[in-house]
Amino acid sequence: MFGIDVRQKAWSAGLIVLFFVAWELFCLMTGMSDLVLPRPSQVFVTLVERFPVLWPHIVQTLATTMFGFVLGVALGVALGAIIGVSKTAYDTCYPLLIGFSSIPKVAVVPIFVLWFGSGTVPAVLTALSICFFPIVVNIATGLATTEPELEDVLKALGASKLDILWNVGLPRTMPFFFASLKVAISYAFVGAVLSETVASNRGIGNVMMTASSNFNVPLVFAGLFVLAGLGVALYVVFSLIEGRVTGWATRKNDVIAT
Amino acid sequence: MRMQPHVQFDGQPVPEGTATTAIELSEASVTFGRGDRAVPALSKTTLKIADGEFVALVGPSGCGKSTILRLVSGLVQPTGGVVIVGGREVAARAMRVGMAFQNPTMLPWMTIERNIMLPLKIVEPFRSSFRRLRKTEFRDKANALLEQVGLKGFGNRYPWQLSGGMLQRANLCRALIHEPRMLLLDEPFGALDQFTREELWAILQNLWMTHKPTVLLVTHDLREAGFLASRICVMSARPGRILDDSRVAFARPRTVAMTFEPDFVALNQKLRAFIEDARSAAEQGTG
Repeated sequence: MFGIDVRQKAWSAGLIVLFFVAWELFCLMTGMSDLVLPRPSQVFVTLVERFPVLWPHIVQTLATTMFGFVLGVALGVALGAIIGVSKTAYDTCYPLLIGFSSIPKVAVVPIFVLWFGSGTVPAVLTALSICFFPIVVNIATGLATTEPELEDVLKALGASKLDILWNVGLPRTMPFFFASLKVAISYAFVGAVLSETVASNRGIGNVMMTASSNFNVPLVFAGLFVLAGLGVALYVVFSLIEGRVTGWATRKNDVIAT
Repeated sequence: MRMQPHVQFDGQPVPEGTATTAIELSEASVTFGRGDRAVPALSKTTLKIADGEFVALVGPSGCGKSTILRLVSGLVQPTGGVVIVGGREVAARAMRVGMAFQNPTMLPWMTIERNIMLPLKIVEPFRSSFRRLRKTEFRDKANALLEQVGLKGFGNRYPWQLSGGMLQRANLCRALIHEPRMLLLDEPFGALDQFTREELWAILQNLWMTHKPTVLLVTHDLREAGFLASRICVMSARPGRILDDSRVAFARPRTVAMTFEPDFVALNQKLRAFIEDARSAAEQGTG
């Protein structure tokens, strides 16, 4: 098991290296102008040189994302719990929810700007509105799939709806919840950057907009690298939490002690 | 419309009023749905079960056996008649019952021990002291039960590490941990192989003989009914009613070998005949 795991990771790392090497070689061989596609080495140099300037923007984007994400999770869990517990609420709310989730969030940013002015607030709200839907759906699904027999056993003991929700419903929902968190954090990130790009004077999204209007293409790409790096880091963090909290859901064979 | 009310297998009349009545259904009926789409699940059924009795309900599938169980546990309200459990009408029930179904439904994120202790987290008087005693007294209690069903040392395993038969034993422990006066079993061994099933019969018999709860067992298996029950009720096809009510007088503890003796086989055949009649009557009725 261990050997396969390590080899798998080596392949993944190899592919990433290969990707950048190929990119570098492609630019060198075709003599590509760095106004069109800068070489990865150039991007890295820019990234390191401009890091002190980039840093406050990174913090801004991260803070906005996390704030929107936390709000989105709170709202998503609450709404998902209501929808998941009651069939009536599920049937009633679902069409409206689908309607909201189908709206492209780029279209909503101008409205947020209109209401709250440009800056941090629309970015937080965009992050929130884009990340909360997968959480609602997953929480609702998790709660709705509780085994009816177990519910009967507990009801016969005189358990209240709250008892069942707390002891069975919520723990059962955890794998769904954490799976949705991984998706939601990426979404929140996309939402925050999107809003920064359209209407803000801070954040990575704004840096990239400004850099591209100055034709500082390596800086644009440096922004992209930062975004990719942050996205991966956030994903990893939530994967690790998921593994710790809901390890029971992924029945690894090597855990069996017979 | 009852064909042969209260026929006794051993010729003795069913003694009435000799022990406290644990469960009493008088003309209880259940209909699911309303109006044109109403489905009668149980037609007027009268049944009286004494405290500490082990009663098996047998009959063709879909005859309302499970409905009786759900009535007694209070999960379903009678649409007609009265259901009295432990001296109270079930409408406003807070009865201490233990239930076990064919599917053991152990929670996968908890160890077997903690799964078994789940009812203690919900039922008073254990509920209020659960936090204080879960690591000491309650855990010992769970492990004592586990030992009794032959699962000693499996308390800290997770459900997926156990076989189907082991899970079903744990399921019985969970149904008994809060010392219920009543145990309701809905085909608990239906999904197990013959040998495991027979093994669990002996375990259940043992549990019943030590804890003496009133047991209501729904089963398809006539041998199982004969082995375990002190009384067997045969039900007709949907909408169900009780066709026959026999005492089973074999001495305890009963053994699997006993199930091949002539008396036992005769009982089995008698029950079989009842169910076959009920089935063919139902077929004529519908077709």
